[in-house]
Amino acid sequence: MKTQRISRLLLTLVALAAISGCSGIEPWVKPYERDRLADPIMFLDMDPVSSAYIYHVYEAREGARGGEGTAGGGCGCN
Amino acid sequence: MRGRPAAAVAVTDMARMSNGTNKRALAPFILVIAILGSGQAAFASVLPEDRTDFLYHRYEGGGVTIDGPSVLIRKSVGKSVSLAANYYVDMVSSASIDVITTASPYKEERTQYSLSGNYLRGNTTVAAGFTSSEESDFDAKTYNLSVSQDMFGQLTTLTLSYAFGDDTVRRSDDPSFFRDNIRQQYGIGVTQILTRNMIAALNFEVITDEGFLNNPYRSVRFIDPGSPVGYSFEPELYPRTRTTNAIGLRTKYYLPYRAVLEGQYRYFIDTWDIESHTGSIAYLHPWKDFVFSAKYRYHTQTGAHFFRDVFSRSEATNFRGRDKELSALSSQTFKFTAAYEFLPDGWGFIDKGTVNFSLDHLIVDYEDFRDISTGAAFGSEPFYQLKANVFQLFFSFWY
Repeated sequence: MKTQRISRLLLTLVALAAISGCSGIEPWVKPYERDRLADPIMFLDMDPVSSAYIYHVYEAREGARGGEGTAGGGCGCN
Repeated sequence: MRGRPAAAVAVTDMARMSNGTNKRALAPFILVIAILGSGQAAFASVLPEDRTDFLYHRYEGGGVTIDGPSVLIRKSVGKSVSLAANYYVDMVSSASIDVITTASPYKEERTQYSLSGNYLRGNTTVAAGFTSSEESDFDAKTYNLSVSQDMFGQLTTLTLSYAFGDDTVRRSDDPSFFRDNIRQQYGIGVTQILTRNMIAALNFEVITDEGFLNNPYRSVRFIDPGSPVGYSFEPELYPRTRTTNAIGLRTKYYLPYRAVLEGQYRYFIDTWDIESHTGSIAYLHPWKDFVFSAKYRYHTQTGAHFFRDVFSRSEATNFRGRDKELSALSSQTFKFTAAYEFLPDGWGFIDKGTVNFSLDHLIVDYEDFRDISTGAAFGSEPFYQLKANVFQLFFSFWY
């Protein structure tokens, strides 16, 4: 099944990420170089109420769901 | 007030946005709402900003109007805890293509409440929430939990999430009708700072449903030589399980001047044989106290294996559906937003405020769902096209 292959691939990626977490990677973007990333226009979810609503509309009008919003990651909002 | 005759086999189009049938649509929305606002910055080792939003939303298209408010209040308590509450209402007036062809126009209202909290300890954030949605013939309760961990000098954030939903489906014309649906969502996401100008987020989400998944009012049509129009209707019947997989990549790039380019792609596949690709590109441009943005989004999908515009006979297959969102289709969205920042120096306890307006123009072309309201001869009806406008006006305050 296609979905099973995708799941296996993702599990492999997660395992690799976990292993690499022990290797002491040096951050290549220093804290003092993150001024642009801290600009509100670079936030992954600038307006959570608005984006949640519009993804709701998309999910209502289409057959797909999930994975498109601001799920996971540093955004932290699902 | 529902305004549906007891015999009406309504296809609640709107429902996708508010009626019980639309668990498929509603459920992910609840998951997002449950922990929305729990952070926007690329650096997760901070709590979300203290902020309140007052939003008015309005959807108009295909004979359906849905509007109402959404209010989100978020406030930190001490240095480690942030709490949020959301109140959301959909007021629905529907005379959609489904409703006008098989039932009567109706009105109804859905109300949703959610509470959530974030707890920050070191580089770890734990978020938990509860959401309750109620309407006349559908209730949904969702519990969610997520854990985020910053690593590699806060260049990378890994998030694991889980949500459990319990839905109850009823019929407005049958007090004895009562069905359950259990929904579980598993998510894993990585946000990665790539360069000093670029950030990306990769998310994988699996959602499983088990229970009553179809609309209790909707019907399918089948060829009926005994009918004057050549076809008749019967209730739809969906599989009792569904598992969906979605993987999405999103990037934002800070241009050499103060503006941002954003790209997004999602691949989706499920056990109903729906497979889709969705992509979008957006451009954000600040100008004085304004921020303008424009976005184009394209979505294409295959149809569910049990979807037919018309079945060869009554009870022709084990499972039957004629929900147009399960048809093969493509959709395009043109979006424009404008935000204006006021109170830049604050006022009282308020640090700043913004007023925002957005308009989404949505065009959906159904490739296997015919518009039988045109009166064209059976078999030669044109494929249905939906055009809708989505307006949002909201005020935000930071404090």
